[in-house]
Amino acid sequence: MKDPVDVLIIGAGASGAAVAWSLAETKMHILCLEQGGWMNPAEYPSTGRDWEAKFYGEWSSSPNVRGRPEDYPINDDNSPIKVVNYNAVGGSTVMYTAHWPRLHPSDFKVKTLDGVADDWPIDYDALTPFFEENDRMMGTSGLSGDPVSPLTHPPMPQQPLGLSGAILGKAMNKLGWHWWPSDTTVATMDYEGRARCINLGHCTPACAQGAKSSTDITYWPHAVRAGVELRTHCRVREITTDENGMASGVVYYDKDGIEQFQPAHVVIIACNGVGTPRLLLNSASARFPNGLANSSGLVGKNLMFHPYAQIYGYVKEPTDSNRAPPTCLWSKEWYDTDLSRGFVRGYGVQFVRGAGPVFEAVVSEQKGILPWGEDHHRVFRKLNGHRLGFSAICEDLPEEHNCVTLDPVLKDNHGIPAPKINYTISENSQKMMDHALARGREVLETAGATDICINSPIPWGGWHLLGTARMGTDPKRSVVNEWGRTHDVKNLFIVDGSVFVTSGGVNPTSTIQAIALYVADQMKQRLANLFD
Amino acid sequence: MSADNQLTRTQRDDLRTVAAMIVPASDEYKVPGADDPAIQADMLATLGRDTKLVAAALDHLARLAGQPLAELDAAKRDAVAQEFRSSGGTAAATLVRVVLQCYYRDDQVLRSLGLELRAPFPKGYVLPDGDWSLLDPVRARGGALRRAP
Repeated sequence: MKDPVDVLIIGAGASGAAVAWSLAETKMHILCLEQGGWMNPAEYPSTGRDWEAKFYGEWSSSPNVRGRPEDYPINDDNSPIKVVNYNAVGGSTVMYTAHWPRLHPSDFKVKTLDGVADDWPIDYDALTPFFEENDRMMGTSGLSGDPVSPLTHPPMPQQPLGLSGAILGKAMNKLGWHWWPSDTTVATMDYEGRARCINLGHCTPACAQGAKSSTDITYWPHAVRAGVELRTHCRVREITTDENGMASGVVYYDKDGIEQFQPAHVVIIACNGVGTPRLLLNSASARFPNGLANSSGLVGKNLMFHPYAQIYGYVKEPTDSNRAPPTCLWSKEWYDTDLSRGFVRGYGVQFVRGAGPVFEAVVSEQKGILPWGEDHHRVFRKLNGHRLGFSAICEDLPEEHNCVTLDPVLKDNHGIPAPKINYTISENSQKMMDHALARGREVLETAGATDICINSPIPWGGWHLLGTARMGTDPKRSVVNEWGRTHDVKNLFIVDGSVFVTSGGVNPTSTIQAIALYVADQMKQRLANLFD
Repeated sequence: MSADNQLTRTQRDDLRTVAAMIVPASDEYKVPGADDPAIQADMLATLGRDTKLVAAALDHLARLAGQPLAELDAAKRDAVAQEFRSSGGTAAATLVRVVLQCYYRDDQVLRSLGLELRAPFPKGYVLPDGDWSLLDPVRARGGALRRAP
């Protein structure tokens, strides 16, 4: 029998790292179990000539394609949007675009402002200090002063505008529409032991330079130095409970595949919007027959993805192609509700600099704009290095039928039931996507682009996994309370994207980590009566 | 079973033929076709996890052609290719992707495109900072963050 730990965190990704680091100052015995291992930047794709080919195999963003032992399969056949993630120390921050907007203050009051979905039980101001703290820890770059975004203070200057950014900025100016250099977690100068960005190419599948912030190189070194124990290649099967209905620990498989039990006084789940409901549903017991912390019946419900409406085209001038981080600018022109558009809520836009030659060839052939035969070479030279993209991140509203359940057949390599996704794009989201495509076409055509292509939704675009263990004050309508503790189990906390009440129209990682730091702070303030 | 990642001789012959149909050699651009021996060798050496789907695609192609692809006249070959691409599904897409990903990392091809023959790391690339006065109109227009109650 292992000795109990004070706090057991499940998952070492964006939120698990943040909460571990924050709680470390309590000097409690904190253990984090992570199903993946430490990454080796020397093996990252950009270190090899075959860097693009790797995206179709071992470095695919889809765990189903990648199929590493650290991954678990996901049945997403019933969803037009496929789940993408990464399982390692650092989690999906190893494999993300590093685009770093925050939810807006209005995103926390959707019901009050627009009469749809629900308000959050917390507001933007409650998270402000944690956004700031997180930006320092993750190391952000950007330009303060965007008139229509929350005020940020990035410690590093913004990324270069580059060739693509200049073309897009001019087009947006002609149309009189808002744009601004994106806040990102790409280091534009040497920062806290990380080297500055040298434009290795598309940095989504990990950064060999270490310029892109991922929690394995930001939070975790600090947390480990402060005494947090991080046990890798340990996959948690279930959370156990005692006779009082309190979490008593977890059953997990260690690096050798041996079943272990780890007792704990407090359990924190940080597995994000698919992994967290999977674990709670797999933790069903006689006392919790519908899954742990699921008296509301909402564990796994209200999955929100952010359907991406992407449109791109080709200009005569050269663009940045793959020789820069993929995203450089954002627009909030269509972020807030304007019912004259035919839908409620809105979307953020991230502009895309271009693509590498293999990706360009493969995708253009699939789209039918790059022919086989004699004309292939002429057309390829017209396309390659000339792409510009417009991607709208559309706010998905919570709907209970969009959900994560357990697949009755599919299991991972430890025999643990895999998650199954049921998801459809709502009429409101579809109208939003159509609107975004029309605006994107205007921007691209103003920039002089031709051969315009559409991905709507981006099928392999399920990066943002939100809402499946929502936060609220009413135990019948939510899974966790306003400070992250589950209503049903008083020593069980959730700190990842599953607690989102609504999704906003921006990449969520900044907000996920701010929430994790906020929950950690609430726990620290309440240590004397944490279970009351 | 073949030693070359499980493709048979017939499959390898058809792969070479279809690769040249996708990307033929060009004197104008001074590039080889995707049937170039070095590019073909790269494909066979790196098929890896794609072997099964590529083999399935080649079998589908063989069924459509009814004989070695190279022995069909040009018109029939083109018709088979069109049918292959439209009916071949994921397997056909994988075969085409394998051809293109090996072609567009070949030294001669990259030289012809004016690209450097190296991995991105550790040298990276230089990006122009750009003219940030482009933001002046955005600043001038201003705007406001939507208030929350």
